[in-house]
Amino acid sequence: MSQDFRLNNVGMVNREKKISFKFNGKKYFGFEGDTIASALIANGVHLVGRSFKYHRPRGFFGVGVDEPYAILQLDRNNERDPNIRATEQEIFEGLEVKSVNCWPSVNFDIGAINNFLKMFFPAGFYYKTFMWPPSFWYKIYEPFIRMAAGFGQASIKHDKERYEHKYEYCDLLITGSGPSGLASAYAAAKNGARVILAEDKPRFGGSLLTSDVNIGNQTGVEWTEKIIAELKSMPNVTVKNRSQVFGYYDHNMLVMSERISDHLPKTQKYLPKQRLWYIRANEVLISSGSIERPLVFGNNDTPGVMLSSAAKEYMKVYGVLVGKKPLIFTNNDSGYETAIEFKKNRVDPIILDTRSNPSSDIITEAKSLNIEIKFSYVVVAAKGYKKVKSADIAKISDDKKELFNIENIECDCICVSGFWTPSIHLASQSGNKSKFNEKIDAFVPDKSKQQENTIGSANGIFTLEETIKDAFDKGFDVSNKLTEKNNKVSVPTVVEKKSTDHDKFWCVPLPKGKSYKRFLDFQNDVAVSDIELALREGFRSIEHVKRYTTLGMATDQGKTSNLNGLQLVSDIENKVVPQVGHTTFRPPYTPVSIGAIVGREVGKHSKPTRKSPMHSWHEKNNAVFVDAGVWLRPRYYKQGNEGLFEASKREAKNVRQNVGVCDVTTLGKIDVKGPDAAEFLNRVYTNAWLKLPVGKARYGVMLREDGIVMDDGTTTRISENHYHMTTTTAQAANVLSHLEYYLQLVWPELNVNVVSTTEQWAGAAIAGPNSRKLLMKLFPNLDVSNEGLPFMGYKEADLFGVPAKIYRISFSGELAYEINVESDNGYFMWEKIMEVGQEFQIQPYGTEALSTLRIEMGHVAGSELDGRTIPYDASLEGLVSKKKDFIGKRSLNRSAFTSTDREKLVGVVPLDKTTSIPEGSYIVKDPKAKLPNPKLGHVSASCWSVEYDNPFSLAIIKDGKNMIGQKLFAMSPLKNKTIPVEIVSSHYVDPEGKRVRS
Amino acid sequence: MLYINCPHCGLRSQNEFAYGGDATVKRPELNKEISDQEWDNFVYLRKSPRGKHLELWHHVSGCRQWIKVERDTSTHEIFKTYKANEAIE
Ligand SMILES: [Zn+2]
Repeated sequence: MSQDFRLNNVGMVNREKKISFKFNGKKYFGFEGDTIASALIANGVHLVGRSFKYHRPRGFFGVGVDEPYAILQLDRNNERDPNIRATEQEIFEGLEVKSVNCWPSVNFDIGAINNFLKMFFPAGFYYKTFMWPPSFWYKIYEPFIRMAAGFGQASIKHDKERYEHKYEYCDLLITGSGPSGLASAYAAAKNGARVILAEDKPRFGGSLLTSDVNIGNQTGVEWTEKIIAELKSMPNVTVKNRSQVFGYYDHNMLVMSERISDHLPKTQKYLPKQRLWYIRANEVLISSGSIERPLVFGNNDTPGVMLSSAAKEYMKVYGVLVGKKPLIFTNNDSGYETAIEFKKNRVDPIILDTRSNPSSDIITEAKSLNIEIKFSYVVVAAKGYKKVKSADIAKISDDKKELFNIENIECDCICVSGFWTPSIHLASQSGNKSKFNEKIDAFVPDKSKQQENTIGSANGIFTLEETIKDAFDKGFDVSNKLTEKNNKVSVPTVVEKKSTDHDKFWCVPLPKGKSYKRFLDFQNDVAVSDIELALREGFRSIEHVKRYTTLGMATDQGKTSNLNGLQLVSDIENKVVPQVGHTTFRPPYTPVSIGAIVGREVGKHSKPTRKSPMHSWHEKNNAVFVDAGVWLRPRYYKQGNEGLFEASKREAKNVRQNVGVCDVTTLGKIDVKGPDAAEFLNRVYTNAWLKLPVGKARYGVMLREDGIVMDDGTTTRISENHYHMTTTTAQAANVLSHLEYYLQLVWPELNVNVVSTTEQWAGAAIAGPNSRKLLMKLFPNLDVSNEGLPFMGYKEADLFGVPAKIYRISFSGELAYEINVESDNGYFMWEKIMEVGQEFQIQPYGTEALSTLRIEMGHVAGSELDGRTIPYDASLEGLVSKKKDFIGKRSLNRSAFTSTDREKLVGVVPLDKTTSIPEGSYIVKDPKAKLPNPKLGHVSASCWSVEYDNPFSLAIIKDGKNMIGQKLFAMSPLKNKTIPVEIVSSHYVDPEGKRVRS
Repeated sequence: MLYINCPHCGLRSQNEFAYGGDATVKRPELNKEISDQEWDNFVYLRKSPRGKHLELWHHVSGCRQWIKVERDTSTHEIFKTYKANEAIE
């Protein structure tokens, strides 16, 4: 298809490079530098979507972030992007986009029937229409709403693109490269400040790209190019295009999304698709400009109705005509600039000006160009369904209430200008309470809340001369606060056409007998009648009106709709706008992709992976790994066709019969040092620590202040003032913070230091009846007899030339030792153990076998110490000192904690000795009892006992100590199982604990 | 994201810190007889003021020191930060 609406030799697109793309499956051509919007308009395409509620045809309304309608779905390298503004997305070869919110197609849309059912879609229709009967909700209402609403479909596939995060610091962040942004950046950079200048569009310059002005004897475009080139050459300046500062957060933290590859067919090697910048700025100058305000009239949502500034930008930047019979509807001079641009391109516009007799340079120029101007004229309604075909226009009375001489004139587009609304979103997000400026009928930022100032038209300054002067001053002032260099550059002279006051008129009355929809919020389909209804129904607060009608919500955030909505509420309520106030602007200012927010923190990058020094040995020996916090631990070592069950059973059995070795590097290790270390441990642990001799280990339990068990582990006295504490893998970080809290804040008088040594030591647990024989071979010069190294003893020795620490501690309940060497020697230690252990039938065992061994011994672990149990519940009450005070002791006196029938740890065996009990099952007396069946407790851990070759579980049940021998039932509603069980002692194997002392 | 002036390290972003609650809570002394009510107040009861609040932050990804931060809970303004043992003005 030819580009019928493309102008020759006008605009900034690259005519040398023709680009093809597909829209709704059909192929079109544009040029490099086009957006989807400009390329489609060049091809005469205006129908791009359907509206949110009524499914009315939607075209283009704006030219950038102001666009409320033209939201498309993009396919790129098999990825789907559901929320693309056609006015921002640049085209590239092979781009494919399609319309959203229409079914089956944009031209024939079944949802448009909503337009004829609009009595069902009044304000608050969410709350009214779909309420009754409730049974309709899942089958009828919800599927209907889902299909009818929403903008596109998110991909459910894994996003293979890369997104990055970057943290940056600067003296001054400037959000927009229009005249005020350029001028202030230049002034501040020349004064030595570290400046970041962010521009959301591909091209710098903002309004300078389209306005007919002269700065320092150069055109706006030339001046922009000169300033940008100079800024880019300065080492203290970062200049970024395609970068939207979308959020202003606490303590002058701003977030910017940089689109690096979105405009390219494929993400370049070594570059991310998008980059999210967290910028901590000492000062911020908000130069985000202003957005033209729509005028409100009948069917003002018809494709072909658009902002006059957008029409001008399509001509000047893209060389594209939005129509060949344009109607300009304006209440100020801006519409004239667009009309003059049309005329320059040999298209004859008609201007309808709501003012009766304005005069200014621009109006004079328009008259001298013989442009037809009708004063005191308005558009009553646009005509045409999928595109404007004509307009009903009328003369309007001076009080703007009466319409006369309604006539229909032919046109193919209506360019509207209702004056300008400063973009105060960022200032508002910073906490700046805005103030209403009567002169421009809009809110502007008030007193700075954080270190922010707003400049240029974002601050309601609409003349270039004033903007440039003010921006140079502000750029100097804020930079000088930081650099104190006093290097002030001179302000260039500015030539611009003078304009006159705008007309405060904004909404065309309905002619008698007509009920045209007059839209305020184009994205959310909110019409004048919806607001009127909301107010009739009693909504008063603007925040409530917003939520009830959806005015100013969603991705648009009221960019074009906000002020007209407020005007209407004020008019109906007989108030002035500042009394009504405005709703809160929330970040993001424009949509940000979830990928950019997540950044690199996906999959394996979402958290660090910790591996022990022996990891590669485990890998080589068929270990199947399991996540233990951020650690990867071998769960079992697969042999042949074994699964988890067979392998773990084999490994556990080998520990009970011969000897096994387990990587216990992941256990938390904390060095506790200082003259008061013993006293400190005595306060931290529930049991007594003052008399532990050097060279001995002790098992300890620590509580939180509320009496709940926090962690357990062994701590060894290495020397007089040095203890080696171990924690569970899961609680290591919390325990360290806990200890630091008490040492730094509660008992600073204790002379103790703590430091994590988890990563300094590699650990191997050697367990089983053959472990002493193995130890004798590993440490031939050490006395490892039961007398030389008794249970809970500690020795330092030499392991084939490597210094090692040997702790005689046991988690498995067998005769066992734990050997620690410096991490670098971990792999060596492990290989030696395996090599020397061969003659004793050594096998490595993983966490699954480890669990089996501890469960059948009745040793508690994380599944029992689950943040709800006190020492008694976990049968640890023997470790609670009655004599001394410790953290959490006072809580143990609470009545609930001293009740005699508290839940307590027991063992559970199925009567048939074959059915495994699912973890989490409830223990009940009567499986047939009426629901809810009173539960006695729950099964915390299950295993296959290798000692007795039948299933065994631990459970925590009410009055556990008196339940031994009872026949009860384990019920798992989840697995749909009811298993008759017997309650036994939790010490299922070796209840006297002979083995560990053997 | 807050910008917290660690009295040991200087200005650092909030994501280096962990929040530690009300800094004015004082743990009852060890071995002291106290009522259930006093103990419950210490373990469970916290004020949740709107406005100035003296709170604990732990510089976990920094110097590992617990510090006190005087912050406005509604505006997030930070007035002053203190070392753990510093007297509060
Ligand atoms: Zn610090």
